[in-house]
Amino acid sequence: MLIAPLDRKMLRDLWHMRSLAAAISVVMGCGVALFLLSRSMLHSLELSQQSYYNRYNFADLFATVKRAPDSLIERIGELPGVAVAERRIVVPVNLSLPGMEAPASGRLISVPDAGRPRLNQLFLRKGRWLTPRSDDEVLASEAFVEANGLELGDRFSAIINGRMEELSIVGVVLSPEYIYEIKPGDLVPDNRHFGVFWMNEEALQMAYDMDGAFNDLSVRLMRSANPAEVIRRIDELTDPYGGLGAYDRMDQMSHHFVDNEIEQNRTMGLFAPSIFLGVSAFLLNVVMSRTINSQREQIAALKAFGYSNIEVGWHYIKFVLLIVAASLLVGIPAGAWFGWFVTGMYARLFHFPELVFRIYFSTILAAAGVSGAASVLGAMGSVMRAVRLPPAEAMRPEPPAGFGPTLMERLGLGHLVPPILLMIVRQLERRPVKTAFSTIAISLAVAVLVIGNFFQDSIDYMVDAQFNLVQRFDMSVSMADPVSDRAVYELASMPGVLHCEPTRAVSARLRAGPRSRRVAVRGLRPDSTLFGLVNMDGQEMELPRHGLLVSKKLAEVLRVGVGDWVQMEALVDKRPVRQVMIAATINDFAGLQAFMNIEELHRLMLEGPVITGAQMLVDPRQQDMLYRKLKETPEVSTVMVKQHTLDSFNRTIVKNLGVMKRINLVFACIIAAGVVYNSARISLAERSRELATLRVMGFTRQEISSILLGELAIVTLLAIPAGLALGKLFAAWMTAAFDQELFRFPLVVTHRTNAWAALVVMLASAVSGLIVRRNLDHLDLVAVLKSRE
Amino acid sequence: MGGGLLPGRETFLMSRSTAAPTTVFAARGITKVYHMGEVDVHALRGVDLDLFTGEFVVLLGPSGSGKSTLLNILGGLDVPSSGTVFYRDRRLTEFDDAALTRYRRDHVGFVFQFYNLIPSLTARENVALITEIARDPMNPVEALQMVDLGDRLDHFPAQMSGGEQQRVAIARAVAKRPDVLLCDEPTGALDVKTGVLVLEAIQRINRELGTTTAVITHNAVIADMADRVIHLSGGEVTGVDVNTRKRPAAELTW
Repeated sequence: MLIAPLDRKMLRDLWHMRSLAAAISVVMGCGVALFLLSRSMLHSLELSQQSYYNRYNFADLFATVKRAPDSLIERIGELPGVAVAERRIVVPVNLSLPGMEAPASGRLISVPDAGRPRLNQLFLRKGRWLTPRSDDEVLASEAFVEANGLELGDRFSAIINGRMEELSIVGVVLSPEYIYEIKPGDLVPDNRHFGVFWMNEEALQMAYDMDGAFNDLSVRLMRSANPAEVIRRIDELTDPYGGLGAYDRMDQMSHHFVDNEIEQNRTMGLFAPSIFLGVSAFLLNVVMSRTINSQREQIAALKAFGYSNIEVGWHYIKFVLLIVAASLLVGIPAGAWFGWFVTGMYARLFHFPELVFRIYFSTILAAAGVSGAASVLGAMGSVMRAVRLPPAEAMRPEPPAGFGPTLMERLGLGHLVPPILLMIVRQLERRPVKTAFSTIAISLAVAVLVIGNFFQDSIDYMVDAQFNLVQRFDMSVSMADPVSDRAVYELASMPGVLHCEPTRAVSARLRAGPRSRRVAVRGLRPDSTLFGLVNMDGQEMELPRHGLLVSKKLAEVLRVGVGDWVQMEALVDKRPVRQVMIAATINDFAGLQAFMNIEELHRLMLEGPVITGAQMLVDPRQQDMLYRKLKETPEVSTVMVKQHTLDSFNRTIVKNLGVMKRINLVFACIIAAGVVYNSARISLAERSRELATLRVMGFTRQEISSILLGELAIVTLLAIPAGLALGKLFAAWMTAAFDQELFRFPLVVTHRTNAWAALVVMLASAVSGLIVRRNLDHLDLVAVLKSRE
Repeated sequence: MGGGLLPGRETFLMSRSTAAPTTVFAARGITKVYHMGEVDVHALRGVDLDLFTGEFVVLLGPSGSGKSTLLNILGGLDVPSSGTVFYRDRRLTEFDDAALTRYRRDHVGFVFQFYNLIPSLTARENVALITEIARDPMNPVEALQMVDLGDRLDHFPAQMSGGEQQRVAIARAVAKRPDVLLCDEPTGALDVKTGVLVLEAIQRINRELGTTTAVITHNAVIADMADRVIHLSGGEVTGVDVNTRKRPAAELTW
């Protein structure tokens, strides 16, 4: 015989309960898919990042100076620990694209006229490299070219050092410095209105009067280097030339974002699969204990004939492993498909020469191992009972269940309750553990639905707060250099400007003991109306009269509290170093921010009333005229239009989120349906004899189904509030897990989300109930009563 | 009690003209106490018992007399609270769980009142389940033919009558050529006609294969087909009868 009889038994038993087994396999398959997705995505991102950095010589340190002579780069190159130091010119430009009224800005980066840069090398996607000595050719970043539908050979205008120049795109490139290509200070890319371009060095030197000088440098360290020490030495050397302080990759925006994403994948890779594998382990536990209970006598016979405990245990473990195998069959293709999908989503945000999603065999093995272990763990209790079952005892039928008066009856309310409800309540009370487990399982489904929508709620809330409560302006501009605050009047008199308020931003390093962070300290007017200091819970905070108001996260990073003093080292102008008190913290959404009264900031900077930017309310009808006027104003280096940021946010983050939400929803429905269906089927199996007896005694189908479905309904109703609470708890965990320097998610769960989760689970319950009810209608009374169980 | 046994044995010995038969089971002073919550149930209160090679023994007693407990102990499914049981020259009461499993696998065939067939396996597969793990088994088909079920090989338990199911169970028990066949109320769930068919099958196994057979029953009629009848009541052996003339199962009716 090809298949041993015991294995045949297993296969036939499995076939007999195929719908239950399939439900569990699908839930577990979701866990496997999520595991494969996040582990492989993590691997894929890490690998793409590492190989990109290595092949294209991504620098380790970066520094910006005002203007330094070429000789300085040689001195930096000789510093101990420095392998390569490279100079270049990086300048902000305003762009004027044909057909686009709105201001767009960009960054021009020099490349050597002869040869290629040694650090931060470019990947040429299409077109060609620059012709040496050409002064109107640029290489454009792929993100910008794609977002604007540009072609090779297209021309656009840029205001280069106050002069309008025509530039022509000859190549489309990618750079390891701009995997995530965003405008400085932004959090979300707006590739339509911001681009990075590379141009011949000589042309830029000429245009910016930088002959024999540079304003930006990158450094590649030796393996043995001490980065902090090299940064200190570079700062010393660049200080006389207006150095803004060197920083490492952690403070490099693109790198920071990619790392952040990798971290999120790591977190999700633990969190999401655990829920699904946990639920499926629980389901397996229920199903296996039911199966083993109903096979007591078969187990006894097997043991009586000399099958050993190990053989009996292995028989049931194999049963479980087959379900695991089925879940892999579901999960591996699903994981591959999701991977393909998510890679597409990443491609919208991150620009790698190649982001290949590949599921490695070792990851599949790990997924099999994890799901197998979770399942065996889940089933172990029941299997051990089968193993320990003394054969002589198994031979006797299970003793009849002991029932007692329920709490309701003990309270003397029994007579108020119809007998059928009494049966239901007694059944639930008699097996408190099982009732509790079913409730927990269904509440997990509710919780997963809550989490699925929670991110949307959270982001909606964040967007609303950020774009309506914090940024109350329509447009903000920033200057290349500080200008007198009289510029505010000039801006206010431009066409369409309804109201204008100044800001002063100072790039500074905040230090507390050995911890430090580079931040922009922003000076605001105490009576500012266009910028709201709003907490995560929507509360508006007052700008303190003295001292700094910092992001709560910044205070955490520096490990300081309100009342503590930090050292503020300005990285611009006269570079004063001051002690400043932390006056208050703000629980904000993104970045590490620091605010200060603008007057105090002027005093600290030893300067008069200067500004580096302004925020404005704008009449939309005159917007285009204002755009034109701003383009002609050389002091204005960048213009930020709130609506563009919002649009771009909707195009990238919100779109990606929508996809994730739909995937989550499918998963949550699978869990809900799986759990509820499972509970209903098991109750039916356990109670078919009792229900058949009632039918024989003259109860109608309606009446007996109300017993079974009533039980399900009560469990579901108990599970919903528990699940909503659990969902909120999970959401709180997630907010804690995603509490990062870049983004913080507010813990917001709307009533709509709660109602939605409750509704979906109730629907899943109803549908499962109806399917089971159909089985109940076909209950073969004679057969059920004859079989001794 | 034990005193009643020795004369029985002598009578039994005298009734056979062959050489002295060897002892298969020798039980001395077996007690079994179950703790059911706060109550102690004394299922066996000091039983002495011998079973000899090739004989057909009926353990007769009302329900609650301890006969199932005794059979389970002899079959290595249960262990006594005190006393010793020898299987041939080995002390069964000293066996650990693995040794008991080994013992059941190699020496014992069981037939249960409720058949305990695996519902998801056919008749042939139910028998094969056991021949798989036996050292010198029969062909499952051969075993089923012995109980006249050669034409029901591929039927599932649910497709067979109670008598047929019990005969599959007998085929399953004997297919491994056990040294002892232990039957617990094999006709308990059957009507007279099918019960007789089952008993015929058991008798035939005993006769043709020489398998030592113990049948427990509360049905006194069945006692007529035994070599010896051991009466149990209240957890004690109350007497042993030796049948001078064994009746064929076919003659029985109740």
